[in-house]
Amino acid sequence: MSMLANRIKRSFYLDSVALMRLSRELSDLSGIDDAALMMASETNKEILAAANMLDDAGRQAAANDLIIAVRGQQQASLVRALAQAETRLTAPKAANTGTTVKHRPRSVRGALKTNEHLNLALISVPGSYAAAEARKALRSGLNAMVFSDNVSIEQEIALKQEAAARDLLVMGPDCGTAIIDGVPLAFANKVPRGSIGIIGASGTGIQEVSCLIAHWGGGVSHAIGTGGRDLNDRVGGTTTHQALDRLQRDPATKTIVIISKPPGSTVAGSLVQRLHSIDKPIVLCFLGMPAMDVLPAHCQQAATLEEAALLALKTDGIAGQQPDAMHVDGQIMGLFAGGTLCAEAQFVLLEAGLSVASNAPIERATAWQPGGNHQAHSLIDLGADEFTAGRPHPMIEPYVRHDPLLAALNDPEIGIILLDCVLGYGSHQDPAGAIAETIKAGPETQPLIIASVTGTDADPQNAQKQAETLRSMGVLVAGSNAQAARLAVACHQ
Amino acid sequence: MPDNSSATPAGLIAQANDQVIQHWFDGRPSLIDVQRAGDVIPELQPHVMLHAGPPLTWDIMCGPMQGAVCGAAVFEGWADDLAAAAGMAARGEFTFVPNHHHRAVGPMTGITTMNQAVLIVENTTFGNRAFCTINEGLGKVMRFGGNDAGVRRRLAWLRDEFGPLLGKALRAGEGIVLKDIIARGLSMGDEMHQRNVACSSLFLRQIAGRMAACDAAPEALSASLNFIAGNDQFFLNLAMATGKALTDPAKHIKNSAIVTAMARNGTEFGIQVSGTGNRWFTAPVEMPQGLYFTGFTEADANPDMGDSTIVETIGLGGFAMAAAPAVAGFVGAGSAADALNYTRDMTEITWASNPEWSIPALDYQGVPTGIDIRYVVETGILPIINTGIAHREPGIGQVGAGIVSPPMACFTQALKALADSVAA
Repeated sequence: MSMLANRIKRSFYLDSVALMRLSRELSDLSGIDDAALMMASETNKEILAAANMLDDAGRQAAANDLIIAVRGQQQASLVRALAQAETRLTAPKAANTGTTVKHRPRSVRGALKTNEHLNLALISVPGSYAAAEARKALRSGLNAMVFSDNVSIEQEIALKQEAAARDLLVMGPDCGTAIIDGVPLAFANKVPRGSIGIIGASGTGIQEVSCLIAHWGGGVSHAIGTGGRDLNDRVGGTTTHQALDRLQRDPATKTIVIISKPPGSTVAGSLVQRLHSIDKPIVLCFLGMPAMDVLPAHCQQAATLEEAALLALKTDGIAGQQPDAMHVDGQIMGLFAGGTLCAEAQFVLLEAGLSVASNAPIERATAWQPGGNHQAHSLIDLGADEFTAGRPHPMIEPYVRHDPLLAALNDPEIGIILLDCVLGYGSHQDPAGAIAETIKAGPETQPLIIASVTGTDADPQNAQKQAETLRSMGVLVAGSNAQAARLAVACHQ
Repeated sequence: MPDNSSATPAGLIAQANDQVIQHWFDGRPSLIDVQRAGDVIPELQPHVMLHAGPPLTWDIMCGPMQGAVCGAAVFEGWADDLAAAAGMAARGEFTFVPNHHHRAVGPMTGITTMNQAVLIVENTTFGNRAFCTINEGLGKVMRFGGNDAGVRRRLAWLRDEFGPLLGKALRAGEGIVLKDIIARGLSMGDEMHQRNVACSSLFLRQIAGRMAACDAAPEALSASLNFIAGNDQFFLNLAMATGKALTDPAKHIKNSAIVTAMARNGTEFGIQVSGTGNRWFTAPVEMPQGLYFTGFTEADANPDMGDSTIVETIGLGGFAMAAAPAVAGFVGAGSAADALNYTRDMTEITWASNPEWSIPALDYQGVPTGIDIRYVVETGILPIINTGIAHREPGIGQVGAGIVSPPMACFTQALKALADSVAA
């Protein structure tokens, strides 16, 4: 037999929705079958009576009174529920917890309504929708950074032409990194503002160069991503040309670095033509491309990302230290999260006369096959499509590297393992820790492991701490990716 | 700036949308009279019933809708009792037509028959009129499927005493300008769907003296004034007629993607879009999420119902949630910040904001107005509707209140049809 209690609060008003919420809260208390808080209007009293929740006290209540009605099995439960009602009525629970969040616009259009001065949209949606979203951004007057990949080259060409007609930039598609006005976008590191402007077709290329510039005391004005295909002959370098214009006009930029895979021959020609009209020093880094012979006098060509950073800084005195010689038997196996870092390492090994196989081979390297022989040193881009289909990129989920790294640690043919460790916004919170976990799982006798950290101490992961984590596992940490590769070469020879 | 040149489909739609919104901004709805429905809606002949939402038949009506049909049949004297009325309905002896087809709207079941009193709202800018029954109050009422003798007695009183008195008071002077009351109500915590207490009070302030000047018997006057004063939702039906009076003149603007009606019949949700005229795009209604009166639970709830979504159509109700933080308490954490966010979300799917109706808590931004079906489909954001919840069985009435959205299928169908008509 359940018991009913009505308590009356004279001349006490509370909004009916608040009362209904409180009713539900009290109903959920243990030992309480039902609870109702209602202003004692005649209609409400009828509702309470129909629900068998009204007793004599409630019937006496006037329209401006509040009825607290509780039904339960024991007197103690009723007393507790009435006390809780009192507490809640006198000191309402703050609602600023749980689902209460700051409003976030859910579309480009919605964002524009919140702030009419917005000028850039970062688009990260599945590739089949990316072009449509980019077009919406352009038609709303926004520059677009297209992080998404799997956008067709035809769509890229159309987007870039529309953008150019509107004097807007399309960075991408597949643009992993940009730093605009000091704001890091997608995968990017916390580097100081400075006078070096970077135009990069590659995300990790921009990250490595900007981090080295930061290490050596320089800073970055803007880093403009172009997407990996911009200097393809079909795309024609539209974004690179626009970016050059902007950095030429930008008073904060004193030097310009351009990073890309080797451009198509037509694009290379028009780009060199264009460089004549730029009056700022320019460093070109087309990884794997032989020396170009027709460059204007104010342009220099860098063979590696590291050299590009050094040339840009004009700080020849800080050239990377050649490591001490040390002999290690066995092949070199490189396992990279950053595609451009993999390309740079290939270049260093090839320049040293070693033969190189890669799943993303640069010129003069050979194609690598999984489970292939060890005739050549293997430098693997773990961010390539065959590794990331249906899985996150190794910069986001470093566990992708666990299996291949463990296999390399256990492979008696391998003498040196070369790794990168890419930090910054968007990257995993502790990539060095993930490497350390795998090393711990490896055999007691292990190959020599050489790594570099692409990042700054201001990055969320802190480059110094990441390097310490690696050193604590016996990893040799080089000052740059190119140095790591040179160290591997030196140890091998 | 968006590309709105007239040569593109987007440009054509933009121009048409602007026209629709201009119609709404220019409209001046006033409450001018109360009359017997059959006297002002000629289609309301014996055995004809107007109902909420898109067209439907007796066999697929939900419980409360069937309950209201039976109650109305007995009220009109077409059937001797509820059981006989159900039999007549099942035999096809009644004609069911949406309110929307005859310039009317009705809350919840929305059942309107010839001998009920209806409010007459005239849009003086365009000369069109809209009709809505008088809000019956809370508890057992016909709009929630109530149909007993008490319900029918109240309908008769509204027709015989209250309606004529209010009508006389209105005819004796200028109409009551409704947009102005709504504007003030928004600054007093009303959103005109769940919450009409401020507007009902403001209305009473304007009409009380005029009703007192009508030489009515003191008992009738007192009962009538007390009826308005005792019903926090009295103004809802006026807000609905306001919505209908505003939207009707903009119902056939070619190429416009703006929704001109949202309505539910308890079985299906239907929307109409200006660019596709009177065509309904329908899909099964959803269940509201909300809070229940003591003694009732979700298990008792009827799916979404009523023409009252006309208020969301013109930027009130869920779209104006920021004006009425308490209403956000029906779902989620229920904080004032949540209420603001509901309104901000609606700005993503609307074409304009209405400077006539502004919200203090949003620094006097106008309510988001004019649902553009393209934005709904593009963003996946559905309109937020504040709604009462009826018991699923006939004859019981309201059991709660909460929040609901239309099914997305209404908007995707409408968008395809609009695309065909814009291309044509």
